[in-house]
Amino acid sequence: MSLAARLTEVTKDYVLGGETVHALRGVSMDVPEGDFVAIMGASGSGKSTLLNLLGCLDRPTSGALFLGDDDVSRLDDDQLSEIRASRIGFIFQSFNLIPQLTVLENIEVPLHYQRRIGQKDRRRCRELAEMVGLQDRVKHRPTQLSGGQQQRVAIARSLVNDPYFVLADEPTGNLDSVTTKEILELLVRLNREGKTIIIVTHESDVGARARRIVRLMDGRVLSDERREEVP
Amino acid sequence: MSFFSLRTWQLGVKSLLLHPLRSLLTVLGIFIGVASVIWLLAIGEGISRKAREQIEGLGADNIIVRSNKPPSEVAEKSGRLLAYGITREDYQRLVNTIPTIRSALPIREIRRRFGFGPHLVDGRLVGCTPEYMDVTRLEVDRGRFLTDVEVSGKQNHCVLAAEVAERLFPLDDPLGKSIHVEEAYYVVVGVMKPKTATAAIGGSFAAQEFSNDVYVPIATLQARIGDLVVTRRSGSFEAEQVELSQITLRIDKVDNVRETARLVEETLRRVPTHRTNRDFAIVVPYELLEQARTTRLMFMVFMGVIAAISLVVGGIGIMNIMLATVTERTREIGIRRALGAKRRDIVRQFLIETIVLSAVGGVTGVLAGLACPAVIGWIWYLLDKYLPKVMAQLPDVIKSMEPAVVPESIPLAFGIAVSIGVVFGLYPAMRAASMDPIEALRHE
Repeated sequence: MSLAARLTEVTKDYVLGGETVHALRGVSMDVPEGDFVAIMGASGSGKSTLLNLLGCLDRPTSGALFLGDDDVSRLDDDQLSEIRASRIGFIFQSFNLIPQLTVLENIEVPLHYQRRIGQKDRRRCRELAEMVGLQDRVKHRPTQLSGGQQQRVAIARSLVNDPYFVLADEPTGNLDSVTTKEILELLVRLNREGKTIIIVTHESDVGARARRIVRLMDGRVLSDERREEVP
Repeated sequence: MSFFSLRTWQLGVKSLLLHPLRSLLTVLGIFIGVASVIWLLAIGEGISRKAREQIEGLGADNIIVRSNKPPSEVAEKSGRLLAYGITREDYQRLVNTIPTIRSALPIREIRRRFGFGPHLVDGRLVGCTPEYMDVTRLEVDRGRFLTDVEVSGKQNHCVLAAEVAERLFPLDDPLGKSIHVEEAYYVVVGVMKPKTATAAIGGSFAAQEFSNDVYVPIATLQARIGDLVVTRRSGSFEAEQVELSQITLRIDKVDNVRETARLVEETLRRVPTHRTNRDFAIVVPYELLEQARTTRLMFMVFMGVIAAISLVVGGIGIMNIMLATVTERTREIGIRRALGAKRRDIVRQFLIETIVLSAVGGVTGVLAGLACPAVIGWIWYLLDKYLPKVMAQLPDVIKSMEPAVVPESIPLAFGIAVSIGVVFGLYPAMRAASMDPIEALRHE
């Protein structure tokens, strides 16, 4: 089975007010394609840093980070941007849709940074909107949608570039329990269809839906559990 | 995202329309800048064009030599009889010695009272030759102008300017009638069309009015009145002896005008009385024309600088708004960066917005600029109708000024507007692009 991501002895240091903070102190893990990983931990455990590295928003201080076959730990800003545009799907806690764009246009955004958009791309965006159940709202603006609907748009957007993995940062943090359930169902369904999903969360009931839970503490992997059957 | 894709521009417009009032006010700054560039240049061009027309009216290939009354200290020395000015001898000498003079036109002017029956008009009696009509661009209304035969025969014939004819002959046809000037009678052979006065040009050429003129052959004037002019002033007599008031020299080629003017000056200076009295002046319309050109250029630069300042102010307005916009849209920048936008994509996005703003300001400003002549005409019309007193007080140059939009000013103003958009938009755009995507995403 090929890997969506592989981390080897990844460390990340920050300099904050003259003091060096060791956010990650050597993290190694493999994420095979089709996996559903929940990265959990208290605040300060390094999970946000790990998310930023996996999302190619930042570079590790040392160690190697492979996405597919590419070592992204030494790429420059432009190359990282290209990887983000073509290989990573982001889902955020606060949805992060662009307010002046319609649902369909929001889904298209990652494609704009790769190539000129053609008819085929348009059709695909429409299919994705349909898949998340928003086919009737493609012309709406984010402000005209509920939180759950906005997160669905974000999920559709995260899939548009056919990524190595979908990276979700507290995707249900801003949602009520009913909507949380819906969104998690959608992620589970996507995983069953073969998508690799990495969720960063501190809520255990969200982690419970994943097939594998990686717990972090003080910048190190505390535990890495895998369950064969998800309830 | 490409600079040339329609979608990129659509997105820019969309983002600007999120804050329509703010965008409108920003555009206004550029609009005013562009419009004022075109307006100021058009008004400047209008004024200088007027001045140029007046100078050209004097003829670019002419040199005008005028008799000047000498300064008063010289006058006092010479006693009661003051003799000054260019003489017929000077005239002959100039014509005989300078080969580049194609023709020369002597004039003698005296202030006199003209009469016909009970009607009296004060005006200028001009002794001249037939060429006078061409040189001053007068046109015959009825009858004819003076002829060579009349000049050589010293005939008592005269031609009236329009206003003199109107006032002396309110009811009759003047042709064939005789008017009297002091004791002498002159038969009217022609009436001229009205001609507007030429304005004074700088300090070197007094304004000329043609409306109260009576033209007679110069030889007749010399024979009848002579060179001696006696005027009574506050109880005492003042006598002046002037042979010629003015000589208009026509030069064979415009290129020779300057050199000839220098020669004329030298020739006249050699005469001792002229040298000591400084009683003549040489006006070279060609030089005035050159002067007017430089003045125009300076004027244009001056106007341009004023207008450019207002454009820069507009640019600062753009920068101010874009900096605020960038801060406000930090989150959007973070999202776009996370979704794969490179730094240059962000720069491009914000730059396009400023270009749209400045281009809209530019286009509307150009339209407003083109409306300049119409608007000025309209203002004159309104002033004339509702505030005629104010209108009457305005100087002639301003009143008769017709703004002429300088064609170059349109691409110039538009180009400057868009470049200002780019220059002042670049810093906010770079600031947007240099944000750390992680920080930007966290921004509330």
